Amino acid sequence: MYPKQEVVAMLLAGGQGSCLGVLTQKLAKPAVPFGGKYRIIDFPLSNCVNSGIEAVGVLTQYQPLVLNEYIGSGQPWDLDSMNSGVRILSPYQQIKGTDWYKGTANAIYQNINYIDRYNPDYVVILSGDHIYKMDYSKMIAAHKENNADCTIAVIDVPLAEASRFGIMNTNPDGSIYEFEEKPKHPKSTNASMGIYVFSWDKLRKYLIEDETTEGSEHDFRKDVLPKMLEDGCRMFAYEFQGYWKDVGTIDSLWEANMDLLDPNVPLDLSDESWKIYSRNPVVPPQYIQEGAQVQNSMIADGCDIGGSVDFSVLFSNVVVKPGAVVQDSIIMPGSVIEEGAVVQYAIVSENTVIGKNAHVGARPEDIVDKDHWGIAVIGDNLKIGAGAKIAPKEMIAKDVEGVE
Amino acid sequence: MRGNNVMGIIFSNLHENLISQLTELRTMGAVPFGGRYRLIDFPLSNMVNSGINKVGVITKTNYQSLTDHLGAGKAWDLSRQRNGLFILPPFMDPSDYANRVKTFNAIMPFLKNSSEEYVVISDCDVVCNIDFQQVFEKHLANNADITLVYKRDVLPPKLQEPTVLSFDAKGRVVDVLVDPAITGSCSYYMNIMLIKRELLMKLINQCISKNTMSFKRDIIQGEYKNLAVYGYEFKGFAPMITSMSDYFNANMSLKSKDVRDDLFNGSRPVYTKVRDDRPTKYGLGSKVSNSLIGNGCNIEGEVDNCVLFKGVHIGKGTKVSNCVIMQDTRVGNNCSLSYVVVDKDVVIRDDKTLAGQPSYPVYIGKLSVV
Repeated sequence: MYPKQEVVAMLLAGGQGSCLGVLTQKLAKPAVPFGGKYRIIDFPLSNCVNSGIEAVGVLTQYQPLVLNEYIGSGQPWDLDSMNSGVRILSPYQQIKGTDWYKGTANAIYQNINYIDRYNPDYVVILSGDHIYKMDYSKMIAAHKENNADCTIAVIDVPLAEASRFGIMNTNPDGSIYEFEEKPKHPKSTNASMGIYVFSWDKLRKYLIEDETTEGSEHDFRKDVLPKMLEDGCRMFAYEFQGYWKDVGTIDSLWEANMDLLDPNVPLDLSDESWKIYSRNPVVPPQYIQEGAQVQNSMIADGCDIGGSVDFSVLFSNVVVKPGAVVQDSIIMPGSVIEEGAVVQYAIVSENTVIGKNAHVGARPEDIVDKDHWGIAVIGDNLKIGAGAKIAPKEMIAKDVEGVE
Repeated sequence: MRGNNVMGIIFSNLHENLISQLTELRTMGAVPFGGRYRLIDFPLSNMVNSGINKVGVITKTNYQSLTDHLGAGKAWDLSRQRNGLFILPPFMDPSDYANRVKTFNAIMPFLKNSSEEYVVISDCDVVCNIDFQQVFEKHLANNADITLVYKRDVLPPKLQEPTVLSFDAKGRVVDVLVDPAITGSCSYYMNIMLIKRELLMKLINQCISKNTMSFKRDIIQGEYKNLAVYGYEFKGFAPMITSMSDYFNANMSLKSKDVRDDLFNGSRPVYTKVRDDRPTKYGLGSKVSNSLIGNGCNIEGEVDNCVLFKGVHIGKGTKVSNCVIMQDTRVGNNCSLSYVVVDKDVVIRDDKTLAGQPSYPVYIGKLSVV
C-alpha cells in the first residue's frame, strides 16, 4: 500500500524534438543540455520538487538512454524517497498486445496503474521542453478554488506571435469557452503553456473513454481537452507571470541560452529559494588563462579558457585555446575550440573539436545575404578540420575535412 | 572493482594549530581549498579511487562543518550498505583523542570489528593525488610490515615533528630522525602510511600498556629496527599545509596547468560535496586573467592571479589580484584587494582597499563585514 499523494506529476518526455536536428539525434529533447550545466528536464523536475510534488512519472519513448541515465535514482532532485520520487515510465508489453505511446493522452492512459497506486486527487501534466520556473502548487490552489476539472496554464504572448500557439479564449471569471489551435486571427493572447492540472477522477474517466473513441489521435490538445470542453467540464485558464520559453527549435534554444546572459530577463538561476537542481560532473573549477578575454558570458566548472569569449554559454570541460574567438554561441560539454578558430552565432554539441583557424557561423551584420543567415549547429563527437568554413544556418552531422 | 582488503583512516583534526585562523571555526579537514574543495576531499578521494570502500574519519572538535560536508558520504560513493563512511568523534570526552596513540586506542572497537587486512592512514595536511593501489602493491612486493609515504624535498619549516627517513638500497628504512636540524633536501614522512590492521592494534596496545604516547617516536622510531618498514616515494604535487603562507601558495600553484593535471588527474578525480550553483557569470567589462574560478560566481570587475571559490561576487570597478576568496564572499564596487585570503561569507563594502604581502597574506575571518 502506497501512502496517498495529493498530487502526482506526469512529465511527457518521449518526444523526438525533430526541429532540433543533430542535437536530438542520440537523445530525447528533454535531455538536451541547457544553460551551461543543466538539461532541459531539470527545470520541470526542479519545479516539481520546489512545488512540493513528491511523485513524478517521466514518460519516455524516443532515445531514452541518456535521459534514463541522467535521471537515475532521482537523487540530485531529492526524488529518491522510499515510496515516491521519480519513476521512468516507458512503453511496455501487455497481455492484450504491445503498443508504443500513440499520443500524449495514450501515454498517460497506459500508466493509469502508476497514478492509481498513489490515489491522488490531482494530476499535473508537464512537458519536457520548456524553460521556466513555476510554482505548480499555486496553480493547483487555483484549480481547487475554481472547483475545476481541468486548469490550463497560459501566458500572455504578443498578438503578433499568438498565431503560433494554442490560444485559450476565456470568460471574465477565467473559465475557458473556446480553444483555438494556431489561429490565423487570434481573439486573445492567452497561449497554452502545455501545463495542465486535472482532477484525477475526471481525467481517468476521459482517458478510458478516449482510448476507445474511433478516430482519436489520443492527444490532449486535439482530443481530450476539446471533448471535455464539449461535455461542459469546468475548465479554467491559470495565468502565469514570469519567464517561460519553449525551446523546441534551434532559434528558441539559442535565444533561451542567451536570455541567461541578459540581466533584464527574469530567469534567476542563483535564487536560493527556487533552485534548479542538476546532476553535477566531477571536475575541477574553471581556469581563465593569462591573456584570455571573457565578458558577458556564463562558464561552467572544468573549462580552460585562453581565447576570447563574449556573449556565450560554455558547459563543463570546454577548452578555448589562446587566439580562438567564441561569440554569441553555445558550446556544450567537452568541446575544444582550437587556436585561431572563430565560432560565431553557433551551437556546438558535446565533445566536438573545432580545428585551428576554422570558422563556424557568422554575425548577421557581417553577411550580405541576410535571408540565409541563422544559427550554425555542429553535432556531437565531430571534428571540424583546420581552416574549414561552416556557413551560418548550416547543420553539421558529419566530420568536416580541413583545408590547410 | 570494489573492495581490496584495505580500509582507510583519516585524521581530520591534526595540525590545526598551524593554520589557527582558518581552523578557528572548523576542523583541519574542513578547510576550503582550490576553488571548490575541502582538504579532506583529497585523502578521501585518493582512498576511494584506490578501491578502498571503508573509511573512518577521526574528528575531535569543531566538526560541524566537516559532518555537513561529508553527509552520508554520497559524493565519494561511500554511502553504502556494506562498509562506507564512518565518522568517529570522541565517545565521551575529547581528551580520549589527546594524541594519535590514544585516538587509535579509543577507536579500537572499530578496528577490531573490521575485516580488512590492511589500513591506510592519512592526515589532512597534504594536498595530493596519490594512488594507494601502487603503495599497496609495493608493500606486498617488499613483504613489508609498514610502508611510509615520503617526499624528497626541503623540509617545510613549520612541519610538526618532521620525521626524516633514511633507506638502504632496497628501500628499507634504516634510520628515523624526528625533528632533526637538517638543511637541504631530505626524505620526510608525509603522514601517510600503510600497515597491517592487526599489527597496528598490537603496536597501539603495546604503547598503551607502557604509557608511551608518541606515535612517531614510540612506534615509527621505536620499532623500525624490529619491523620491516619500507618507504614509498611520492613524486607528484604534494604541498604540506603548515602555515597560512603554505596554504596561500598551495592554492596559487593551482594556476599551473601541470599542477592541475597532476592533482585533478582525470582518471582519479577529486570528489567533493556538490552544491547546485549555476555556472559563473562574467559581466560586461569583466577582466579575468590567470585565475581558478568556482561555479556560481558573479564577476563584474578585474580578477588577476586569484583563486575564487563558488558563489563569490566581484563588483564593478573592483580589482582583486593574488587573492584567495572563499565561498559566497561579496566584494563590493571599486575595491582593491591584493594578497588577501578572505574566508567564507565575508562582505567587503564598496571602495575598500586591502593589501597584504606576498610572504604574509592578510586574512579576513569568516562572516566578517569590512
